[in-house]
Amino acid sequence: MAILEKHKVLEKNATLLLAASFFVVTIGGIVEIAPLFYLENTIEKVKGVRPYSPLELAGRDVYIREGCYVCHSQMIRPMRDEVERYGHYSLAAESMYDHPFQWGSKRTGPDLARVGGRYSDEWHVAHFVDPQSVVPESVMPKYGFLGDRLIEPTHIEDLMEANRMVGVPYTEEMIAAAHADFRAQADPDEGDIDALFERYPGAQARNFDGEPGISEMDALIAYMQMLGTLVDFSTFTPDPDR
Amino acid sequence: MSEGERKSAEGYGTTGHSWDGIEEWNNPLPRWWLWVFYITVIWGIGYTIAYPAWPLVDRATSGLLGYSTRDQVVERIAEAEARNAGLHEQLAVADLSEVTANAELVNYAVRAGAAVFRNNCSQCHGAGADGLRMGSGYPNLLDDDWLWGGTVERIAYTVRHGIRNEQSDDAHWSEMPAFGRDELLGETEIAQVVHYVRQLAGLEHDPALSGPGEEIFLNECSACHMEDGTGDPEQGAPNLADAIWLYGGSVEDLTETVANARFGVMPAWSEEYRAGGGLDDAEVNAVAVYVHRLGGGE
Repeated sequence: MAILEKHKVLEKNATLLLAASFFVVTIGGIVEIAPLFYLENTIEKVKGVRPYSPLELAGRDVYIREGCYVCHSQMIRPMRDEVERYGHYSLAAESMYDHPFQWGSKRTGPDLARVGGRYSDEWHVAHFVDPQSVVPESVMPKYGFLGDRLIEPTHIEDLMEANRMVGVPYTEEMIAAAHADFRAQADPDEGDIDALFERYPGAQARNFDGEPGISEMDALIAYMQMLGTLVDFSTFTPDPDR
Repeated sequence: MSEGERKSAEGYGTTGHSWDGIEEWNNPLPRWWLWVFYITVIWGIGYTIAYPAWPLVDRATSGLLGYSTRDQVVERIAEAEARNAGLHEQLAVADLSEVTANAELVNYAVRAGAAVFRNNCSQCHGAGADGLRMGSGYPNLLDDDWLWGGTVERIAYTVRHGIRNEQSDDAHWSEMPAFGRDELLGETEIAQVVHYVRQLAGLEHDPALSGPGEEIFLNECSACHMEDGTGDPEQGAPNLADAIWLYGGSVEDLTETVANARFGVMPAWSEEYRAGGGLDDAEVNAVAVYVHRLGGGE
């Protein structure tokens, strides 16, 4: 066949074969990836989803630094067992401000997409300090040192700027107030808490670890306690076609 | 050797490739392999027609079979609910004071309640509901020592509203004064009352301290913990006259409790207070029946 004769040209020229292979793979990539940026079901807007507050963002950084995603996923799949255990299946919009996303690909520990409000702050502290004290069968390492590491919001504006560059709608006002918000969320008596709630609706403010000063523990628990709490599923009706 | 000069058993020549004199027959692909390949191509095309696949302008083709993971999970849950039809609704409105008389309902409640417990309660109370260990701060639910009452109704109320949380206005609420921190009692007085409490519980104590401790106990503690120290589940005051300790019964633990008080929190589990993640009425009742039947139910 004539077309197979022509194929021999590709087979006998390594550079040409490489270029042609790359071209074909590119088509596959475009068909699979590009539509995700415009198809409505992947960019569905959901009421309640907001950017992370400065303290939550700092906690999220601790989460990433400690590699929590290695054992914990943050994506509840639309299957009965997962929905009954963890709550409503995750929506794409719920991780729209995650850079990078924390969906994860392995569950040694449970999914954390809706862990917010599930346990008390005290439980989280006890669990981070010594996971086996509250879950005897757990294989999680201890993270008590987070409570000893006090943090300052020195680079929080840079972090918010970086997030803004990749599409998180932080306003000038949010960035200007980052320091104040960071402190107010961990110590509501000292700061302008109403302004924080105005900027970040649904945020929770308190001394999360119960110890003086703002530690990585405070930030991480602030992040834990807001996970999956932003969308009000009593009013949200999923579009079944999505 | 030039191409085509030699023939394979099937009668085909060589490809003309030669590596160090090793040549390659130009035999065609086995027929069975070729046909499987063609079939998979056809299958692939059919698959993209039957299932969601091709991206279009604002959404992907939805496929002739109308498959949707969102629909599927709703269907699966509906199927499971249909299997329990009647029982779930019945349990949601059941009169909890009489529910234990209905064997079928109890059977359902215990099974459903066990799942609810493992998922939501075991992280603090332990998978075996033993409160992990004495003094953990998480009550053991296997014994008959109840902080807020151990009837099915009272357990259901505690599950629904929780203890000392900010979610439910109807949460159980009691707050022991921090006798040391707030300087209501001096160090010696605290030591005395601690030893008196140990005496009440039948533990080793120093009579020289517990003697004067009795009067302090009667003045400061008996309003909630009762004069004999047996506590009052109406106001969440623990029984101190038994050997069961929520925060430990050693002198050190008791001194800490009296000096700085404890403030154990249990979340409110009703879906009313936990949008998207709470328990519905039937689940609250189910877990209450389950806990009630663990051994200590009143």
